[in-house]
Parts: sequence; structure tokens; C-alpha cells
Amino acid sequence: MAERRSPAAAYAGRFEAASRGGALRLAELPFLTQIDVRVDPSSPAAGDIGDALGVPLPVEPGTAVRAGSGADEVTVAWLGPDEWLVVAPEGHRVELLRKGLGDRHGSIVDVSAQRTALLVTGPRARDLLAHGCALDLHPAVFGPGACAQTTLARAQVVLIPREDGFLLLVRSSFAAYLAEWLLDAAAEYVA
Amino acid sequence: MLLIPCPWCGPREEAEFHYGGQAHVAYPEDPAALSDEEWARYLFFRDNPKGVFAERWSHSAGCRRWFNALRDTATNQIHGVYRVGEPRPVAS
Repeated sequence: MAERRSPAAAYAGRFEAASRGGALRLAELPFLTQIDVRVDPSSPAAGDIGDALGVPLPVEPGTAVRAGSGADEVTVAWLGPDEWLVVAPEGHRVELLRKGLGDRHGSIVDVSAQRTALLVTGPRARDLLAHGCALDLHPAVFGPGACAQTTLARAQVVLIPREDGFLLLVRSSFAAYLAEWLLDAAAEYVA
Repeated sequence: MLLIPCPWCGPREEAEFHYGGQAHVAYPEDPAALSDEEWARYLFFRDNPKGVFAERWSHSAGCRRWFNALRDTATNQIHGVYRVGEPRPVAS
């Protein structure tokens, strides 16, 4: 079997070097399970999928919910009025969601290879992203429980705020570009 | 750059959107019955007002939904946005 390489694997060393100052921590979270869920939020199927996830699908635009812990942890992000992205550790079982949906109208698609996850944390994480993102990222309006699809340095990303920073989901083909951009923008925060 | 209030995601910068032209252009009920001129008129002829214009936008870098907006073509002021299927609001 061929060796599996994550899209930003080549940047691990430079991410680590940029994280040494303590103001910022950059890292890739490779191979997360990501599942695209499309279903009518008012249908019984949406409820059953919520039961399979352990948390109801968030219906408020721009919100995300986290549930479970460890290997069972899931983050469900609102992508559209009938679309959600489930982010979970590697090995999360897609079949449980498929069983929740059954043969009813909707779709459950494993999109783990579509995007990779970059973790930007630390006291200057917000300043770093503000170099290339037009959204107000202050925790008062964009704290844990929010999510947004927007552009960061003109690359489309899904932004999910965490307690100490942000989870950045970026398309695999844009990962190298965004990693270069993050490292360049981080230069002033690296001791 | 315009600040466009997506009816789902809230105000976002114009670069996240795609323009979709005039809104409320109804598909002909019986396209086969149309003359070439009428068909061309349906396909290619659009209003070009100076003032409030109902147009389609897609939030392509965000929620990827189509919606309608009332934009003043002279001032670029956006008077309102509404989701597909909702009636056109009265411009203030």
C-alpha cells in the first residue's frame, strides 16, 4: 500500500518552528474524518441523523456544535440550510450516519479527502487570520459555537473557532498555498 | 467593494459572491411556441434601469445559496435581500 501523506505534511517542520515563540501555534490535523450531510432539517430523517451523531443538527446559520469526547468527538458545522459538515477524528464510522438516514431523501458523503485541517491557536491567532479575512473574528461575535465559510487570503475555507484559536478547513489543493501564506503572515509574531 | 447581506450568512464582502443578472425572469410557459424573436428576447434582453433593480446573487464562497437583492444601480445601495421563493419586498 502506498504511503499516505497529508496535504500539508511538508510544512510540519516550519509550522513547529513558527510555534516556538509561544504567540502562535500552527499545526496540521491530518486525516480527520469529514462527512457532508444533506437533508431537509424539518424531516424525521434529520432527527435520526442527529441521534446517530449524539447531537441535533444545528439549524441556526453560522453555528457549530461539538459533542462527545476522545474518539467519539464530533463537530457539526452549519454549511447551508440543508447542509452540514461533520468533523470527527480519523476512523469515525460513516455507516452510523448512513443508517440514520436510511433510504430516505438526503445524502451522506465522506468528504475526508476534500479538505485538510489546519489548527491556528495561541494569543495571536486572531491577529494572524485578520491579515487575510474580512470577518470580525472577535470571540464576542465569533467564539466557540460559531462557524463560517469565507475566504482567507482569497482561498475558500471553513472557519471553526475553538477555545484557544481556530480550526481552518481548506481544500487539499489549496493547503500548500495557505500554509505558505500563514507562515508569511506569522513572521511578525514569531520570536 | 460592496458589503452584501446574504440572507443566510449576514453581511459579507462582494468577492464572496457571484452575480446572476436580473431576477424574476420567468421561463416561457411553452418555449416551443415562441418565435425566434420572442425566444431571443427571453434569452438576451434584460432591463437596464437607473435606480432600484431586482437581481440574483449567489454566495458562492459561503453557503452557496442563490438569493435576490434590490440594488440601486446608480448608488450601489442595497435596499434589501430576500430568499428564493420569497416575494419581492417594496423598495424603500
